[in-house]
Amino acid sequence: MPTRKPKLAVWKFSSCDGCQLSLLDCEDELLAVAAGIDIANFPEASRAVVKGPYDVSLVEGSITTPHDAERIHQVRRSSKVLISIGACATAGGIQALRNFADVRELAPMVYANPSYLEILGKSTPIADHVFVDYELRGCPISKHQLLEVLNAYLNGRKPVIASHSVCIECKSKGVTCVTVAQGTPCLGPVAHAGCGALCPTFNRGCYGCFGPMETPNTASLAGVWAWHGVDDPRILRGFRGINAYAEPFRRESEAHEAPYSGEQ
Amino acid sequence: MRTRTIKVDYLARVEGEGALYVKVHDGVVDDVRLKIFEPPRFFEALLRGREYSEAPDITARICGICPVAYQIGATHAMENALGVSVDPQVRALRRLLYCGEWIESHVLHVAMLHAPDFLGYQDAIAMAGDHPDIVQTALRLKKLGNDIMTTIGGREIHPVSVRIGGFYKVPERRDLVEYLPRLATAREEALALVRFTATLPFPDFEQDYLFVALHHPDEYAITEGRLISSRGLDIGLDEYDRHFTEEHVRHSNALHSSTSDGDNYMVGPLARFALNYDQLSPLARQAATEAGLDRVCRNPFKSIIVRAVETLYAIEEAERIIGEYVKPEHASVAVTPRAGTGYGCTEAPRGICYHRYRLDDGGLITDAKIVPPTSQNQKTIESDLRAFVPQYLDLDNDMLTWRCEQAVRNYDPCISCATHFLRLEVVRD
Repeated sequence: MPTRKPKLAVWKFSSCDGCQLSLLDCEDELLAVAAGIDIANFPEASRAVVKGPYDVSLVEGSITTPHDAERIHQVRRSSKVLISIGACATAGGIQALRNFADVRELAPMVYANPSYLEILGKSTPIADHVFVDYELRGCPISKHQLLEVLNAYLNGRKPVIASHSVCIECKSKGVTCVTVAQGTPCLGPVAHAGCGALCPTFNRGCYGCFGPMETPNTASLAGVWAWHGVDDPRILRGFRGINAYAEPFRRESEAHEAPYSGEQ
Repeated sequence: MRTRTIKVDYLARVEGEGALYVKVHDGVVDDVRLKIFEPPRFFEALLRGREYSEAPDITARICGICPVAYQIGATHAMENALGVSVDPQVRALRRLLYCGEWIESHVLHVAMLHAPDFLGYQDAIAMAGDHPDIVQTALRLKKLGNDIMTTIGGREIHPVSVRIGGFYKVPERRDLVEYLPRLATAREEALALVRFTATLPFPDFEQDYLFVALHHPDEYAITEGRLISSRGLDIGLDEYDRHFTEEHVRHSNALHSSTSDGDNYMVGPLARFALNYDQLSPLARQAATEAGLDRVCRNPFKSIIVRAVETLYAIEEAERIIGEYVKPEHASVAVTPRAGTGYGCTEAPRGICYHRYRLDDGGLITDAKIVPPTSQNQKTIESDLRAFVPQYLDLDNDMLTWRCEQAVRNYDPCISCATHFLRLEVVRD
């Protein structure tokens, strides 16, 4: 008796489309993946929509509109397993930089008629709204990690994804430390692994695409940067990047804000 | 009196979220609205107060499909503001990185997003059942584009190597020379892709477009040039704001561009092909002629042929650049922050992408303006539909809707970029 193919859905919220593109970028594996699973809902790739429920939903993007704050609950209800993919879905993304400002002041800088826009004050991760079974980090995610997570959930096992820091990846590759050797500020000691220490390999400091690792010592790292002559505004900007609204990075960037001067 | 409404609530096989609404009354199209509900992300506002050096990595996040367009556009604008000129090999390497993005993005659209419309498939995976050779060839070509980007930039999506003044790290000559045998094979495969696109059934539909593209005296413009049009415009990038305007309409989170006279215009493959035809390689021109294209193509459905021709060209360019590559002595030149305004514009796969930044004397961004290609094409997409729908009113709603979607996909619209895209709604009474 033929067994039913598991149904996969891909959902997009506020994002750049890069993480779901990672699935189409699995050129060597795509047709094999499509043979093993039923790609039931993937608007970026197909017009065809198979109704839910879905065995696995991949969710890209952050929640930034009242409509999306409703829609994510529908996605959750129709999904057995919900996996959020990428920095937008797991931390609010680069667009969460607006969480540090008043969106009512930002909108007129881009749009002539801000009253046409229906938006929330903050860009928030999926887990702030619904239960998330697994969070896959990265900006973008690693396509190899995506295949591993899909494989794991479709076969009822835990994904094998390293949770150490980028710093460890650098050491295991034998890359010269850009901070020690050149004094270049690098988020490697506090950033979650997954990229293969890409930036240090390219002779630059990590800028934290994969967000914070578990229990990062951000204050200590900020101290090292300061010792190398990095001033507070630069430390603030260093932590306030792709994963600005991830809790440890948010707290560290706020610690380097200019003290309130009392002036307007 | 009959009114029909065609609605597509969530347009598929495009990058981003959009909808289409078409209202037909007594055989006349009353209203066409390309609705973009992709949420606004406020990039131009978020860039204020950031350092000039951060712009390439931040703006790359506007689009996962064409991050290099944003990185190079932002980098050139900053270098313009800061008076930096780069090594000729650095310039060539940026063009090579961009060729990788053209190959990856064009092949994705030609074979996986657009061709299924012509052949009546829901997606490329269904198409692969009957046309395995085309889909497998496309996947190989796409991988080649991505691999070139990965060699130069570290990864295909949001590469990390581009910096103001050059690159953080440049590849060794041997790392690039390795690609030459694959590129030679890819050249033949791209020729086959052009021939395949020429066999597709095309609607008889032409429009008198105002084409706008970059033009460079020495090459088929990709990374730099002056802005020219099919009506004789020839301006420097610093004059863009005087000739083109953006308007915020209620049904779209993407600003609509038009000329300062209020006319819509077209950017992208058809515009580049029409304006820079003579600068294509002899092989690309010959392939275009054999595919039945004249020097100027005004049928937007045939943009799929032009994308395949440009893929062929990008492969030949990659071969040329690699053949001439000598690793530059310095990956980058020193940059000193200063106050100023800088302009950058490149040919993203979907058309020109314009950047303007103002910097303070410490190198912090005080003002940013970014105009992506899909914003510029929005009004033209709507005007195409207004002209196109009346020819097909005998179709039932499902087929008419599909035809409208196909007409929108002619533009390979990137809604993520344009808000920075599409559901179709056709109303007929």
